[in-house]
Amino acid sequence: MKKIIEKAKFADFVGTLLSDYEVFAPVKNENGLVLFSRISSPEEIFLDFRNSKKPPKEFLFPQVETLFEYEPGKVKVPSVEAIAQRRLFLCVRPCDVKSFLILDEVFDTEEFQDVYYVTRRRNTTILAMGCVDPPSTCFCTTFDEMGPFSREGADAFLVDIGDRFLIETLTERGESLPLESLPDASDEDVQTAEDVEKKAVEKVDRKLELSKLGEKLDGMFESPFWDALHEKCLTCGVCTYLCPTCHCFDISDEALDSKGRRVRNWDSCMFPLFTLQASGHNPRPTSKERMRQRIMHKFNYFYKNYGVYACVGCGRCVENCPVNLDIRKVLEGILSL
Amino acid sequence: MEVEAKIREKAKELLESKAVDVVIGFEKGTLPLRSTPAFIRDSSETDRLVWNSFCENNLATYLNKLKGQKVAIVAKGCDSRSVVALAVERQIKREDVFVIGVPCRGMLDRRRIEEAVGFEILSALESDGKLVVKSVDSERTLDREDFLFPSCRSCRHRNPVIYDFLAGEKVEESEVDEFELVREFESKPPEERWEYFKKAFEDCLRCYACREACPFCYCEECFVDSSRPKWIEKGLDETDVQIWHIVRAYHHAGRCVDCGACERACPMGIDLRFLTQKLNKDVKELFGFETGLDPSVQPPLSTFSLQDPDDFK
Repeated sequence: MKKIIEKAKFADFVGTLLSDYEVFAPVKNENGLVLFSRISSPEEIFLDFRNSKKPPKEFLFPQVETLFEYEPGKVKVPSVEAIAQRRLFLCVRPCDVKSFLILDEVFDTEEFQDVYYVTRRRNTTILAMGCVDPPSTCFCTTFDEMGPFSREGADAFLVDIGDRFLIETLTERGESLPLESLPDASDEDVQTAEDVEKKAVEKVDRKLELSKLGEKLDGMFESPFWDALHEKCLTCGVCTYLCPTCHCFDISDEALDSKGRRVRNWDSCMFPLFTLQASGHNPRPTSKERMRQRIMHKFNYFYKNYGVYACVGCGRCVENCPVNLDIRKVLEGILSL
Repeated sequence: MEVEAKIREKAKELLESKAVDVVIGFEKGTLPLRSTPAFIRDSSETDRLVWNSFCENNLATYLNKLKGQKVAIVAKGCDSRSVVALAVERQIKREDVFVIGVPCRGMLDRRRIEEAVGFEILSALESDGKLVVKSVDSERTLDREDFLFPSCRSCRHRNPVIYDFLAGEKVEESEVDEFELVREFESKPPEERWEYFKKAFEDCLRCYACREACPFCYCEECFVDSSRPKWIEKGLDETDVQIWHIVRAYHHAGRCVDCGACERACPMGIDLRFLTQKLNKDVKELFGFETGLDPSVQPPLSTFSLQDPDDFK
């Protein structure tokens, strides 16, 4: 169904959502950063944003997750029930929604399911929002069927058409949102939404042609291309931590005497300890091997394994890299070889 | 741009004569208001080098990765102090580094510029102290002085303190009180200072961009990566995050040149310098020392003098 929410009534709508779900929405924090956070009132929502600084992946795959706690004679495993609340991700951008589908490939497979990720994922409804004015750092249209208004993975979809939102339900879960009291969208509303969408899609014109990418990368492991590319990389973790699809993690025991907990923390292929072996040998000793790995993983291995690139073109790495190492330029460089 | 032409000419000469293996400078970035580090090894590519108000990175950090090679580096005032201090700490050999010094009027804070104009900037042009920024249908002219990085606003060493070649006319040094904000902060009651500190570091992701951008974070094993002993955990527990930053600041006492690279690298916009600034002030007051000004002076925390203050006795 297609309904209308007047912007003046959006707070009321969010109020009804809050009585049914734990709601996670974009919020501008006291330090001026736009981040997805759990809200307790509609007033906290901040919608004048291109995209959040951090991707919302942390609400499915937390940066720090306790696997179990222990003390002598006792092991306590976190209960799945505690994280099985009905949740709603509100105003998530299509690129971030797509990233969940990519993370699913890793954490929710036929053979193995990460019970914590899967529990959260299966209890989350996604009300996405299209990007009316995508910034120039976005390149989502590079990827199959992706774009600023891509509905893939969303349960319902919001389009900003001026003084109102058009809300479109896409799945059964979306249909079960509290929309009955809302007016239906008129033909005019639908047309306006289509026009907004068309304009936005045209704006994301940094579209790379990736069909030959796998082939190129297959032959490039020893290429001198990597020698020049990596030099300015600082091997910090900004790109990996702000990336919606990066999912590497490290397991650590935090203990004091005989009590402690085992945690899973985000890790980064850029960090010096990544792939450092107990012998002291590190097969990826410098930024050259690490940068090569990053590109190979996202644009070759992951694609071969799962049929999708581990990148959604959100542009956070482009915007935030301290040395302006631009992944779009890297891909263009590879494609031109 | 005269300075830019001089940098290019010198770089070409150095590479052609094989005086250096690589020139580290800046080239055009992929975003407006951004230049990016460039590593030029071929004398035919020196036209890639640029000089503008977006050359914000401290390139001295790369010297730690190029030991054994002969390197030319484009260095602003703060960067040149890093070169001096790295040589004092014996991380680089002064004779292996050719410093192309560039007098600097400060770099521009693109995040604040974008916030001020309220639209996405698609192109930017600098001239005569003004910055013209444009989007598809908007344009604004700004005074560059209003948008300097905080570290540039309190800079007292705009001219390189050492150089093998100076690529421009020296600029007037500022008489700014570089510790004004530290004094202001020091005068606040402890509870207020603690609240500020807690709030400031709330958004830290432990991405270590600050560490990697800093020329003085060159330890082969950073204390956060030590597992035997494990000093702090790797997660986001606030005490771990706070200790990471406090200890990092202390590790820089007597070594920080206040270039601001840490603050600029941080994706979350954390006020990182407020800790290191305080330590710089303490070091200046207790030991009369400022990092990277005199290649013959040892940093105070790596040596001692019988005249050292000992009012703790």
